[in-house]
Amino acid sequence: MSQTAMQNRPVAETNTRFDVELRKVFKVFNGETVVRGIDLNIRQGEFFSILGPSGCGKTTTLRLIAGFEEPSAGEVLIRGRSMSGVPAYRRPVNTVFQSYALFGHLSVWENIAFGLRIKRQSKAEIQKRVQESLRLVKMEQFARRYPAQLSGGQQQRVALARALVNQPTVVLLDEPLGALDLKLRKEMQVELSTLHKNLGVTFVMVTHDQEEALSLSDRIAVMHDGKLEQIGTPNQIYDYPQTPFVADFIGDTNLFKGRIETTDYGMWQVRTERGLRILVKPTESLNGSMPNQVVVSVRPEKIQLSLEKPSSPINCFEGRLMHTMYLGTHVHYLVELLSGDRLTVLQPNRAKLAAEPDSPLYIYWAETDCLALTA
Amino acid sequence: MSTSTPTPSVVPKAKVSPRWQQKLGHLVGPLVLLGPPGVWLLLLLVIPTLLIFQLSLIPGIRPGQPMDGFGFGNYLNILQPIYLQVIWRSVFFALGSTVLTLLLGFPVAYWIALMAPKRWQNLLLVGFVLPLWTSSLLRAYAWITILRPTGVLNSFLSTFGLPTLDLLNRSSAVFIGMSYSFLPYMVLVLYASLEKLDKRLLEAAADLGASAPQTFWKVTVPQTLPGIAAGCLLVFIAGLGDFVVPELLGGASSMTVSRLIYNQFLGATRNWGLGSGLSMVLILAVSIAIALLIKYGDRDPESFS
Ligand SMILES: Nc1ncnc2c1ncn2[C@@H]1O[C@H](COP(=O)(O)OP(=O)(O)O)[C@@H](O)[C@H]1O
Ligand SMILES: [Mg+2]
Repeated sequence: MSQTAMQNRPVAETNTRFDVELRKVFKVFNGETVVRGIDLNIRQGEFFSILGPSGCGKTTTLRLIAGFEEPSAGEVLIRGRSMSGVPAYRRPVNTVFQSYALFGHLSVWENIAFGLRIKRQSKAEIQKRVQESLRLVKMEQFARRYPAQLSGGQQQRVALARALVNQPTVVLLDEPLGALDLKLRKEMQVELSTLHKNLGVTFVMVTHDQEEALSLSDRIAVMHDGKLEQIGTPNQIYDYPQTPFVADFIGDTNLFKGRIETTDYGMWQVRTERGLRILVKPTESLNGSMPNQVVVSVRPEKIQLSLEKPSSPINCFEGRLMHTMYLGTHVHYLVELLSGDRLTVLQPNRAKLAAEPDSPLYIYWAETDCLALTA
Repeated sequence: MSTSTPTPSVVPKAKVSPRWQQKLGHLVGPLVLLGPPGVWLLLLLVIPTLLIFQLSLIPGIRPGQPMDGFGFGNYLNILQPIYLQVIWRSVFFALGSTVLTLLLGFPVAYWIALMAPKRWQNLLLVGFVLPLWTSSLLRAYAWITILRPTGVLNSFLSTFGLPTLDLLNRSSAVFIGMSYSFLPYMVLVLYASLEKLDKRLLEAAADLGASAPQTFWKVTVPQTLPGIAAGCLLVFIAGLGDFVVPELLGGASSMTVSRLIYNQFLGATRNWGLGSGLSMVLILAVSIAIALLIKYGDRDPESFS
């Protein structure tokens, strides 16, 4: 159902050119279906991320595009050309591997020149383009080194240069920053983004790091258990998740399972399993149809806290403070409602609440600040 | 060892013993550890080699004769064309069988390491190494029954109306016998190297546009070069000193250093001095090969630049 929903997204896709298309692609390994019918259109020049938890089939999907695996069913197209039966070495894509896979017997310069030499470019051309790529990833002074003599971050840059120097139609990146420490990862994120903007080449990145995907990508496909849950811009994915999995996986959220009781004044009133009544704005993507079972998602930062009973009774519940955690710029509260539900609430530090542990308080949020998702 | 080294800044006054005594103290540990194998090496390798060296300096010594004279006459003798030719032939046999085992062994090792199903790999290896468990003499005799003029090979050829081959008692038989004997060593060493090969590098090469043959020559071979060198040196060393195969399969024309040495000690010629001199030359050649093996054999491809 989520797939039909995302296909209906009103984007003018008909006259956009696609670099990569996946059509109902399946992949089975020894009877285990790892990729289950993926439909995907990746536009020319976009930074596209496939985001999902470890083991959900991201790498396999990327390998299907690169040609290291053939789909068990379905079809992969690159620039409109079917890739069925086209071996990896004939595809106009280059990969930055999860752990770089640099050639240990070749120097940095020779690693980067590898693809050009295979394509029998002239000496002058190779010299020029390798030099250019080295400059692009700021590795000029390391050209004569061997991979074993480089740090993880430097190896990462060489792997990038080795792919980019071939001027591929699509660059595939498998957890490109996964092996780097936090500070370096942030730096490389900026550089990846700059590289993408300057080169205008299509990037397809696989990652399990939602922050990385949100900050770098033009569009994200959230993958779960071999299927795509939702495709959209970072903003759409974060603010309008279409499934409970996406809401939960991207950022923090509070989820309430329930049924729709009434639909008054264009609002849905949901009665949760624990008896709370929540008002929700109807979900657009459901196109007017009203599901029976829904999951209401409220982001922690959308919830307000107050010691006195607020004037508006909408989505306002009494509870007590269980735990406070200072995160520097923000404060994280754990609240238990009278119903027994536990919620996390995130507030900016300046609005610090003068509440003791166990003290009673009220939480509330606007009906437009929560979402009803089909379970 | 390093644990017993006190940092001077911690115990500046404790250095009562003189420097040399302290140094000696540092040597005790390694000496105790190296002692037993050291004694073993001394008794079984160093002393016999020195004895042979001593014999090699006495010209024309035969059993029962007094040891008279002293000099490098035996070594000068070896420089005669007739002996140099024998040495050259030995090197030729060893080199030839090294090349043959490499050409035969690489595809086999490649297939077992990279293409055969994982659970069959060990079984396939054992199957290949099995011939090593039979006596080399037995294997040589088996080759005689196969290669002799009325042997298995020729009766097989004549049943199909093909011309028969006269292979026994010439160099071709030596190459066949040696390659057969040393192929398992080559396969084992190459397998160990190919099995360690990072398969993702092969994908990376394909990703960069390399076809399978290009990937083989530009990635697989350079990455396994240390293993190739180790296998080649191993077979070369074994081939240089091999006695059984040239003696039984090679015939009179295939005189090698090892057969010559045999003749000087136990054969008709009986010249222990010359035999010892030849042995020293062989030992030197093999030592150089082993030194090369140690230096380059067990290295990461990274440092192979
Ligand atoms: N070559 C293979 N043979 C068998 N199973 C595989 C193979 N490659 C991947 N898998 C399985 O497919 C699933 C998804 O793997 P992968 O695509 O690597 O996940 P991710 O990259 O999202 O962590 C895993 O359960 C993994 O064990
Ligand atoms: Mg992966």
